[in-house]
Amino acid sequence: MTTTIIDNELESGVLPERIRHFPFPFSGDSYRYSANVEPARKLVETEAGSWGSFLIDVDEFYLQDLRDRNEVLEKDPTRTQVLPHMRPAVWDAITTLLPAMAEENPDTMSYQRDGNACRWANALQNLELEFTVGDDDSLPMGPLQFLGSQIQDDIVFLDPREDTLWLDAGLVTFAADWSFGFDVGMKFMEVHAPVPRVNDEPVINRAHQFLLRLQPGEQYRRTNWTMTVDRRLDTSTETYPIWAPDRGTIAADPELPNRLHLRVEIQHLICLPHSGAVLFLIRSYLLPLTDIAKVPLWRERLGHVLAELPEDMAEYKGISRYRKAASSWLLNG
Amino acid sequence: MTTTPLLDQAHPAVKGGLLLEVTNISRQTDSIVSITFADLAGGLLPAYVPGSHLVVQYGAGVNAYSLTGSGSTPFEYIISVLQVEDGAGGSQAMHRLSVGDLVQVSRPRSAFAPVANATHQLLVAAGIGITPVLSHARSAVEWGTATDLIYVHRPGAGAHVEEARELLGDGLTECSDRASFQKVLAESLTHQPLGTHLYVCGPAAFMDDVLDQAREHGWPAARLHSEAFGAAELDDGEPFAVNLTRSGTRLEVPAGVSLLEALENAGKSIPNMCRKGICGECSLSVLRGTPQHRDLYLTDQEKAENTTMMCCVSRSLDEELELDL
Ligand code: FES
Repeated sequence: MTTTIIDNELESGVLPERIRHFPFPFSGDSYRYSANVEPARKLVETEAGSWGSFLIDVDEFYLQDLRDRNEVLEKDPTRTQVLPHMRPAVWDAITTLLPAMAEENPDTMSYQRDGNACRWANALQNLELEFTVGDDDSLPMGPLQFLGSQIQDDIVFLDPREDTLWLDAGLVTFAADWSFGFDVGMKFMEVHAPVPRVNDEPVINRAHQFLLRLQPGEQYRRTNWTMTVDRRLDTSTETYPIWAPDRGTIAADPELPNRLHLRVEIQHLICLPHSGAVLFLIRSYLLPLTDIAKVPLWRERLGHVLAELPEDMAEYKGISRYRKAASSWLLNG
Repeated sequence: MTTTPLLDQAHPAVKGGLLLEVTNISRQTDSIVSITFADLAGGLLPAYVPGSHLVVQYGAGVNAYSLTGSGSTPFEYIISVLQVEDGAGGSQAMHRLSVGDLVQVSRPRSAFAPVANATHQLLVAAGIGITPVLSHARSAVEWGTATDLIYVHRPGAGAHVEEARELLGDGLTECSDRASFQKVLAESLTHQPLGTHLYVCGPAAFMDDVLDQAREHGWPAARLHSEAFGAAELDDGEPFAVNLTRSGTRLEVPAGVSLLEALENAGKSIPNMCRKGICGECSLSVLRGTPQHRDLYLTDQEKAENTTMMCCVSRSLDEELELDL
């Protein structure tokens, strides 16, 4: 066992930030769906550090992720859509998230609002601009795409009406094996129809009820996870032919521990204060198995979770062909 | 945004809310005053959804009042209160407020929200029912949604009449008697463009009547909306007691305090996550008594067994519950 060395590394805090702030999602040796909802901005301590005190997390991949997003949007403009009635909700999101970012990053960002006139500065992008709430032309690329150029999260808007939630706007470039373009205009329950066990487990319905009862201003979050080959954020249905073949070959690849990433999504559920729409933010974190293995408890837990996961769930997550290989590297490698 | 923490004696319904100062009082009619609240430091207040209400504490009681603004970037909250002689005393207490008084209020709660994809709004208000409807009208004007308002008030005794006229121009129809209202309503219910949503606020009988007529004219339920205060929130519930068998302690759980909070206040640490009855973390075993289940986590069958309860939201139907704790 080499854990002594690793323990020292843990204690002396030499682990890189991407590991120290990684939202490792497992608290035990097995995983099942649950409505693991908790208030936003709650700090969570992990074996390697902590995460979660920020609503919008800006990390070392900020500029790189936003460049990736821009490329995806240039190739495929269908990744963002806004049904006309969602315009107020988009502005509501801008005037909710930018001040939160400025508060959380006072050294690099600032936000002022006077009536509908706003001023935003983001030193990370060398950006300073003024815009008018409600005037779509006052932001260079339109409100939603502008918001998508400031935060690493994917953005989805759910409109509550007729006792259900409608996915009526969004900007999604980093989808994990789904298609925003396909889901837009659908109801929340329809979007989740392909999730296995959903009919047996009341989790999705419970989540639906929960979202419908959110009061404006309330902010919650939950985590979800899957795995991705390479540090590839865009694994959407649209680019399936590009990334899917790796799923079949990675098990035999000696590079597996470097290439295979645990992908954790922090999903924020924010009931916007003025429109009452539910903003669903999905922030994806990717960490290779070699990094996971630097934290002994993570190494073991992920190894056991992958080995134990029921086949239908592994199939749905798209990890069934390589999870055994990953698990044995983690547990015996 | 500056929000001042509440004083200790806050009523549960305004807990987590705001302490505001009365900055203006203006008489609307003989029996209606408008009261303006602002942050003590003059800061921006939380935005709100059109049609929202504010729970305002008076002495030991609370009352809910509709906010009359559009809800975007509010520096003030304005409510209008009709004096009710034989009410619980809330309206009289509001009428006694003067500029400079401090008042504890909840954050705005939404229970009468506009439907985002409505292409046209038909607002119908009677008397003091104008208040949430005015909020809708303001927001609709800000976002350019076509809006008509039928406003029934006694001649010369309507609150916010000038504002409504200014906002809506030809879109406003004022009625001062039943017969003329009946005619205008019937006309409007017949001739609304497709995609119109109707919002009504006023005395209960008035609302029922308007909604009945709309249904008779073939309006689907999804396009009819009426103000129902507080429907979206859990009520405070009744006080009860719990007997913790393992530790041999007995605890009182007052109205407005959750069992989870009561246990925490008594120094017990109970695993919890959402505190909203959805995650299932805070489950407790019930040995005796019938819980009043208010969570979304347990299945109907589990609820019927009454052996488990989610202590963050659920309470008791019996005066006392016995818990395995
Ligand atoms: S804390 Fe989540 S159900 Fe009670």
